[in-house]
Amino acid sequence: MSPRFTSWLLMAPGLLWLGLLMVVPCLLIFVLIFFERGTYGGIDWSAATLENFRRAADPLYLTIFLDSGQIAGLATLAALFIGYPAAYAIIKAPAQRQTALLFLAMLPFWTNYLIRTYAWIVLLNPAGLINTLLQWLGLTAEPLPLLYNKFAVVLGLVYAYTPFVILAVYSSLQRLDPSYAEASRDLGASSVTTFWRIILPLTAPGVAAGGVFVFVLSIGNFVTPNLLGGKKFQMAGNLIYDQFLQARDWPFGATLSALLIAIMMLLLFAQAWTAAHARGDNAASA
Amino acid sequence: MKLKALATAVLGTVWLLAGAGAALADKLVISNWDGYMPKDMAEKFKAATGIDLEVSVHATNEEIMGKVTASGGEGYDVLFVSSPFAEALNQLGLIQNIDHAKLSNYGNLYPEAGALKHDPGNVFSIPYTWGTTGLCYRSDLLKTAPTSWNDLLKPADDLKGKITMLSTDRWLMAAGFLANGLSVNTGDQASLDKVRDELIATKRQLLAYDDTTFYSKLVSGEATLVHAWDGWCNYGIAENKDIKYVIPKEGSDLWVDTIVITKASKNPEAAHKFIDFVLNAENGKWVVENIMYKSPNKAGMEAIDKAMLTQYPNMAISPADLLKYEQLRDLGEGMKAFSKTVSEIMAAK
Repeated sequence: MSPRFTSWLLMAPGLLWLGLLMVVPCLLIFVLIFFERGTYGGIDWSAATLENFRRAADPLYLTIFLDSGQIAGLATLAALFIGYPAAYAIIKAPAQRQTALLFLAMLPFWTNYLIRTYAWIVLLNPAGLINTLLQWLGLTAEPLPLLYNKFAVVLGLVYAYTPFVILAVYSSLQRLDPSYAEASRDLGASSVTTFWRIILPLTAPGVAAGGVFVFVLSIGNFVTPNLLGGKKFQMAGNLIYDQFLQARDWPFGATLSALLIAIMMLLLFAQAWTAAHARGDNAASA
Repeated sequence: MKLKALATAVLGTVWLLAGAGAALADKLVISNWDGYMPKDMAEKFKAATGIDLEVSVHATNEEIMGKVTASGGEGYDVLFVSSPFAEALNQLGLIQNIDHAKLSNYGNLYPEAGALKHDPGNVFSIPYTWGTTGLCYRSDLLKTAPTSWNDLLKPADDLKGKITMLSTDRWLMAAGFLANGLSVNTGDQASLDKVRDELIATKRQLLAYDDTTFYSKLVSGEATLVHAWDGWCNYGIAENKDIKYVIPKEGSDLWVDTIVITKASKNPEAAHKFIDFVLNAENGKWVVENIMYKSPNKAGMEAIDKAMLTQYPNMAISPADLLKYEQLRDLGEGMKAFSKTVSEIMAAK
């Protein structure tokens, strides 16, 4: 067996997986865009049309995309502010403890996402643990409205996706040559200056990767806005879900999905460009 | 047309892979909501008829509609769907007419069950459950008992932030239509816009939209008044006697869940036998006592524990009274404008 053949053979399961479960559905979506819903649901194959784009151009859908972008953006920022220091703390921990700490960061994934989301309802509801505790301590007389608002949605997303930031930042911190930071300090820079001028810029690709992860996963999420937001905040994910599962308008749902995919692709390209750019800068200044 | 054939083939393959095995053996394949019939239905049916029954489940009408429209119904014999979906499946030519001569238990149904507007005479669908949508509330926490849809849509100060609404599109809008004395199948833009604005105003007073756990919110006291299907309110009543159900004075919709046979069924004889089996008094009684919905099955309704009639208000509604309410119908071409209106409500701040 030639090495070339072996490598194809090894890749085959992965390629088949991607092909069947990603490329084929994406192609279906792309085909559906150009047709319309039949009178009784299903797809009217009789004529291709651009009607779906005209419908999607309605400011309503742009508003929904922008609103979900805002919620996803807030979640991303918060996840970075929590995840970066956590990753930094892990890398500063003794080497033998790092694996255990990373393992702890990933531990929540062992529990089903729905169950973890319901757990937040148990914590946050007016008769829940947090409100009961606050009232017992006398910090508040009335239960605080912690659930079914934007705060709860962002909290749920941050909770769910922060581990991705920790992993991404950790891996870029790990690749960072410690001699850069030592040199900076030897030359008289304070720890703060060293962090802002040396460490943070050099780990920017990790920050960008983690941030894009959180943003992309958040904007397409429909479970958290439903359960923690009481469906009062419609995200792009909910809009698309409803087109497929309530309106039974697959072509229009496909069009909105394609628009979302296009926006996500642009973001991913921007992230790849940032990463390449950062590497280029390092090479130039080295 | 080639494109259609190709896309249908691909979609069909995907669905068939998902439900692999369904079409292989010579047995009856049905799809129902999880928990919507006795767990031992397959064993009982096999014991009674010798026919193997494979039960698959769908979470929503739309899910089974998606599967059936993609595969042309291939792989399924009998489906449980709500009446607007039975209507759409019939219009799409995906289900077959039901031969009443093959249903020895058809007479168990109330005469009113044959007068349903979506399918007069039960030509292509057999009703399985029916009921109303109204208001479910904590009588011990409200100053005055609600009597009108406006008690929900324009809540009094003490109710603000303590009410929930169904977000399933047709019922969300129906609440607004009924409050305005409109048909639950209204489609004209001016009415859609008016109801949209009212429902957006209501949205700002909601605790949450909730289609699945609203009765628990009543039990815990998080909510005091919720928009509810009658059977689901009963789940709350079972836990707390202070929970009550009322149909607002402007009326309700009449929802009907039905059983249909696919045109693609390889075994329509067995499919009829299955429907006949479901129509027996024992299964009718099971539905009422376990799902707490009303059944169009007279024999089943008469077999239930009489205490249920006083404990659960929906049980005492007569079929004649039920038929005064308008059924949700498939909106056809009107669906696009309708769903855009719903998106506008869901997106509003």
